[in-house]
Amino acid sequence: MINVVESSDIAKSFGPIMALDDISFSVNESEIFGFIGPDGAGKTTLFRIITTLLLPDKGNMKVLGMNATTHYKELRKNIGYMPGRFSLYQDLSVEENLNFYATVFGTTVEENYNLISDIYSHIEPFKKRLAGKLSGGMKQKLALSCALIHKPRLLILDEPTTGVDAVSRSEFWDMLNKLRQYNITIIVSTPYMDEAIRCDRVALIQNGKILSIDTPQKIRAGFSRKLFTVKAIEKYRLIKTLKKNPEVMTAYPFGDSIHVTLINDSSDNSLFEYLVKEGISDAVIQEAEAGIEDRFLELMEKA
Amino acid sequence: MRTVFYLIRKEFIQIFRNKFISKAVFGIPILQMLILVPAITFELKNVKLTIIDKDMTSESRGLISKLDGSTFFKVSSSTFSEDEANNLLHRNKCSMILQIPSGFGKDIGTGKQGKLLATFDAVNASSAQLTWAYLNGVIRDYNTDLINKNITTNPLVPLPRIQVTNRYWYNEMLNYKYYMLPGILVILVTAIGFLLAGLNMVREKEIGTIEQINVTPVRKYHFIIAKMVPFLLIGLTDLALGLVIGKLAFNIPFEGSILLLFLCSSIFLVAVLGMALFISTFSGTQQQYMFVAFFCMIIFILMSGIFTPYESMPMWAQDFNLINPVAYLMRINRMVMLKGSTISDISRELYSLVLIAIGFTTLAVRRYRKTA
Repeated sequence: MINVVESSDIAKSFGPIMALDDISFSVNESEIFGFIGPDGAGKTTLFRIITTLLLPDKGNMKVLGMNATTHYKELRKNIGYMPGRFSLYQDLSVEENLNFYATVFGTTVEENYNLISDIYSHIEPFKKRLAGKLSGGMKQKLALSCALIHKPRLLILDEPTTGVDAVSRSEFWDMLNKLRQYNITIIVSTPYMDEAIRCDRVALIQNGKILSIDTPQKIRAGFSRKLFTVKAIEKYRLIKTLKKNPEVMTAYPFGDSIHVTLINDSSDNSLFEYLVKEGISDAVIQEAEAGIEDRFLELMEKA
Repeated sequence: MRTVFYLIRKEFIQIFRNKFISKAVFGIPILQMLILVPAITFELKNVKLTIIDKDMTSESRGLISKLDGSTFFKVSSSTFSEDEANNLLHRNKCSMILQIPSGFGKDIGTGKQGKLLATFDAVNASSAQLTWAYLNGVIRDYNTDLINKNITTNPLVPLPRIQVTNRYWYNEMLNYKYYMLPGILVILVTAIGFLLAGLNMVREKEIGTIEQINVTPVRKYHFIIAKMVPFLLIGLTDLALGLVIGKLAFNIPFEGSILLLFLCSSIFLVAVLGMALFISTFSGTQQQYMFVAFFCMIIFILMSGIFTPYESMPMWAQDFNLINPVAYLMRINRMVMLKGSTISDISRELYSLVLIAIGFTTLAVRRYRKTA
């Protein structure tokens, strides 16, 4: 099995800012490979290099067995790219956009319709509508249809679910999963940790560096400490109090609870007693399984 | 080819779907022709004149009525005070003061030279000079009248004289509209070429659609051609519209070949579109583009010789005009429309336009990068 993407020591800086710093990874055929990281981590820059839109300062980027810097012409026929910002023509209709992209790739909508039928059928009733007048979720489906219309071997999606509601997000991932049957490799980036588990493998990226690459399960398992969730009514006071305690190593807010790790990893009652002493008597402490975000925060702390 | 055709079709859909642009593209040229052609004129009419007549003889009154009778001058006030006359000039109430000193009539009657003093408002130097020339003409006329009177009273003395008969070729009636209209047509075509295509290109950058195009196998020159063709066609349509208005509203003569005019305009448009798209590759926003394009357009148009004769510009300006497409089309348009010049008469201009067109289009294609 060949590697669809092979990146070795890719670096790119914009002036004094190091956007990417020695990025090396490889993506296998037909897998969904996720890049998880906060805004400004370098995900878009990396994607622009993979899609031949940007030249790296150093390093070697091999995509579909070809050098992205020298064989960009051949590569562009085989890559589907969906930029983070909606980049279709807002003043063309749904249908016109799809036909347009099919034509510039030298194909027709009919030829590859089976590939997009699942996705496109959702927006087909609105095919006469201008793309700019679609809702966020529909725009995203149209953009995905246009990126797929030439049957690319590699699909690159830059934060496709940003700004889309939770139901549409979940639907979107179902669609990506279905695309596997067509042997399409997918590279996707997202700032949402909960989407990481939908990928085959994920790379955690921050400040232009890859912190870890593994399956989501193994990344979670890499969490090295015991994790507790602490809940109380007065959340703000709770986190302030927790951070004051020298026994507490980290305390991060997670939804309605606070994830806490302790320096000596003990699971006795001392934390509860401390909180009661500080005046928080309604605290509920439970041991919990670490998620990807916990691991990510742990790695960030170390980096 | 199919791709280029499809790209062009896409541009047309977008242009005509934009409610404002689709109307403005044809409405503005019509307005421009109807407003500018009759408005811009160097003809002087009704120059306001203040008279200080200290002579008050039949000779001085004869001169004044001669002036007032011409279409160029209108005696707006007369006074005996120089201060008041200067004041009028200062307040823009008149453009010229003519002083007739006392003794003017007597001097003429006794065969001496009559003397006059003329003062001009020369804020606009060219109109002051023109006024002076007109004034000279009227006085020369008056002189001839005086001499003729003398001849009849004393027919034994023959006066030697040269008579000049003149004809104004290509514009017999010295109709200023005939001169300006071909020039206005050039401005019209320039504006279409310069502004619309460049803005369209930068807009794709601004809203990010160019990113999506760049990852496709579309070739650079395909994309550039697709940006040029729609505006080339719109420019030619506007030219045709302008010519029709010229014929219907101003009855301009058209001596040369219409086909030749359209051929030259097409090449000119390619040159201007090439320049516009070249500039657009440097601009990240429509605002940046507008600023640069507007600046270039003003320079090109004002240096093209639309108002001031090309030949009287300093040498360096004439050298600059070697790369100014507007200057070439300005000359071609006037020569073809008014003189009926043929392709061999304008070959130098035509070749230059072809070179500029090829040069800037090549630059635009090369500068447009699909990879940063």
